[in-house]
Amino acid sequence: MRLPTCNRLVSTVLAALCSLPALHVRAADATEPVVVYSARNEQLIKPIFDRFTAETGIPVRFTTADAAVLIERLAAEGKNSPADMLMTVDAGELWNAANRGLLRPTRSSILEANIPATLRDPGNRWVGLSQRARTIVYHPNRVDPRTLSTYEALADPVWKNRLCLRSSKKVYNQSLVAMMIKARGETATETTIRGWVANLAAPPFANDNQVMEAIAAGQCDVGIVNTYYLGRMLQKQPDFPVKVFWANQRGDGTHVNVSGAGITRHARNPAGAQKLLEWLSAGEAQRLFAGSNMEYPVNPTVEIDPLVRSWGSFTPSRINIVEAGRRQATAVRVMDRAGWR
Amino acid sequence: MFARWRASLIILLAAAPALVVLVGLVGAWLTPAGDTLQHQWRYLLPDAGRNTFILVMTVAAGAALVGTTLAALVALCEFPGRAFFSWGLLLPLSIPGYVLAAVFAGSLDYASPLYSWLREQFGWQWPSIRSLGGAALVLTLTLFPYVYLIARVAFESAAQRYLEAASLLGRTRLQATREVLLPLAVPAVLASTALVAMETLADFGVVAALNVDTLTTALYRAWYGMFSLVTAQQIAGFLVIVALLLLLLEHRARSSVRMREAGGIALQRRQLPPLTAGLATLFASTVLGIAFVWPVAHLLSWASTHVTADLDARYWGYFVRSIALAGLGALLIVSISTLFVYARRDAVSGIVRTVAPLSTAGYAIPGTVLAVGLYAPLTQALPWLQGTLLVLFIAYVTRFFAVGHAPMAAGLARLPTALDEAAVLLGSRPLERWQKIHWPMLKGSVAAAFVLTFVDLMKELPITLLTRPFGFETLAIRVFELTSEGEWERAAVPALALVLAGLWPLKWLAGRMSHAT
Repeated sequence: MRLPTCNRLVSTVLAALCSLPALHVRAADATEPVVVYSARNEQLIKPIFDRFTAETGIPVRFTTADAAVLIERLAAEGKNSPADMLMTVDAGELWNAANRGLLRPTRSSILEANIPATLRDPGNRWVGLSQRARTIVYHPNRVDPRTLSTYEALADPVWKNRLCLRSSKKVYNQSLVAMMIKARGETATETTIRGWVANLAAPPFANDNQVMEAIAAGQCDVGIVNTYYLGRMLQKQPDFPVKVFWANQRGDGTHVNVSGAGITRHARNPAGAQKLLEWLSAGEAQRLFAGSNMEYPVNPTVEIDPLVRSWGSFTPSRINIVEAGRRQATAVRVMDRAGWR
Repeated sequence: MFARWRASLIILLAAAPALVVLVGLVGAWLTPAGDTLQHQWRYLLPDAGRNTFILVMTVAAGAALVGTTLAALVALCEFPGRAFFSWGLLLPLSIPGYVLAAVFAGSLDYASPLYSWLREQFGWQWPSIRSLGGAALVLTLTLFPYVYLIARVAFESAAQRYLEAASLLGRTRLQATREVLLPLAVPAVLASTALVAMETLADFGVVAALNVDTLTTALYRAWYGMFSLVTAQQIAGFLVIVALLLLLLEHRARSSVRMREAGGIALQRRQLPPLTAGLATLFASTVLGIAFVWPVAHLLSWASTHVTADLDARYWGYFVRSIALAGLGALLIVSISTLFVYARRDAVSGIVRTVAPLSTAGYAIPGTVLAVGLYAPLTQALPWLQGTLLVLFIAYVTRFFAVGHAPMAAGLARLPTALDEAAVLLGSRPLERWQKIHWPMLKGSVAAAFVLTFVDLMKELPITLLTRPFGFETLAIRVFELTSEGEWERAAVPALALVLAGLWPLKWLAGRMSHAT
């Protein structure tokens, strides 16, 4: 009596096991998901991915971590990596990933039409999806904006004990300095940074919010921050006493970095990933991607968030953002030599 | 307890993942990495090294002092609130160091409302919390409970008859405590202080939040800023060497004072005179106030404006996954540590004895470096591991083995081998010896090991971040998501949930521990 029951059980289990791969294949045929490794955080990407899935039927799976860690993970996984796309919050990491051969080139007329050439990799391995302007902010009661001009001018002794900066450990500052090096060379940039360090009113802060709070509290008068941090601050506190000044408008333009993405070398679903990338570069998706964090869209036809628009228009740097990555390591050396902690 | 070959096998298996990581770090020293290290040596490392040294020394001293004093008070004396403090003093463990650092920076720095008000009203000024001293304070406040917990178990397992013998010899209670009980607790204090030193050595969260340059920030600067993981691994290798030296020192110090006797009648706490009792209560409340009540109140005020924005049904999932991961991980680590300490007692082979301490070195390696250093070889050798929780648990064990090991080692050190020998002569089997002799005397250490690893795993970020399966979010990961772009006020919601999730297990296990003694 026991044996037949056992046999039946075994054969049922075997049959079930055999049908598993079949099920798997069928599921894959229907709509292969796009898998994203993202350094852009969950609350900024999930609503947008959900919308993509609703519109196209293509599911998106993602995991988040620091870009440097995701890049090591991609490299370690190699051909076995489930990732189709790498998304970061700065161009330097995209450059690094491309440089290490972890991203594949993608020719797309849609991407080329939607995204200005300075915000794309010349080798087509990644594109910027939103712009993050890093510029000068000041306290309107203590600073006459007519006395402000360039990042470099903040090295002037007139700003002694009036400048606040974030730590040089943050990639946003490393990218800014990398682009300054591209524009003016290493020596001139080092002199500028020495000037900044000499003008600091307080040791460098751990984040941009603290820089702006220090300006508001009177610890210093000017600082350099990403504008979306101010946007968030103003949403909470509309009378927050810090104003935006667009740096380097008469020269090479205000520094912008990008949050962007590229398709991985060993992507299993490159077509789906390209579709997602193209979808992100246009229309409502662009508005959401940039607007949800008060950044600037890369697509010039897309409307800017009203609060962000209230800061006025500006000329961004005309140098290709790829330089931010290419010169990042040099930038760090310059900052170390100049004593920017 | 074990046959020799079994003991050796256990030790080698437990040490294997740490060895994989260490081999990687040694490999980094043999890999050419340009001149990144030379550059750092010239401009960064001297200051960073000095800061790390000062930080490790002050935090170790501070945590040992505060932790041992509180442990002695709670274990040996009776004062108002003692019952509450006995578990309440563990609460600071549930606040991740980087959260405490952010709270202190947000509430005590120049721009904070409190400082602004005091400055405007009374012209008060104080040194910035964003400094080496500030980092030392924050780390001491988050780490002293390690010493407190492990030392308390040691004090509580000290026998009443020691004190009676001391009093027969004409010693006062205070003298007896100093001359008899303190030495008895020395192994525990040393072991836990070594843990604190290792944790400080590997800390990145606190020093980054306060922008203090240490060897770990130099390491991340090489990796994230200059794209040189190899240089980062070279620095991590140096941290491991320092940690091993610390462990060696601790081991030496411990063997010189080892007391292989304990047990007997439980200790009777002494009622302190009113004034002293009041001071004891004041001291304990002050420490708890600064390390727990104040930061939690601050988080509450941050969270109050964002509860509706962030708190929803997803939090049940975060909550359950955090507790499940930490619980399973802690169980695993405590089980392996228990087997390990016994095996180490039995193993005699030279190689095995040399390898054994390496298994705890993972605690001195910054989590991200360890995670990457383990993930790459593991998933390359065994691709099917990718995306499973197995990688995560292996990495947990590698990094937090020391935390489970320290209380167990200190506990076993107090057990006289004579007891075993007697039991063997009486013909007892190993399992029987464990049940009847060892377990009753080690229960406290097991609970301490579990509590410490549990709360450490709850707060753990870098390993979980890298190795979790898709969509597997925990409370610590939620904190990361929100703070990665500076949304600290919103992050207060998951940070508080993290504290809350740790609260009940801490109280429950602390209760177990008291019964155990």
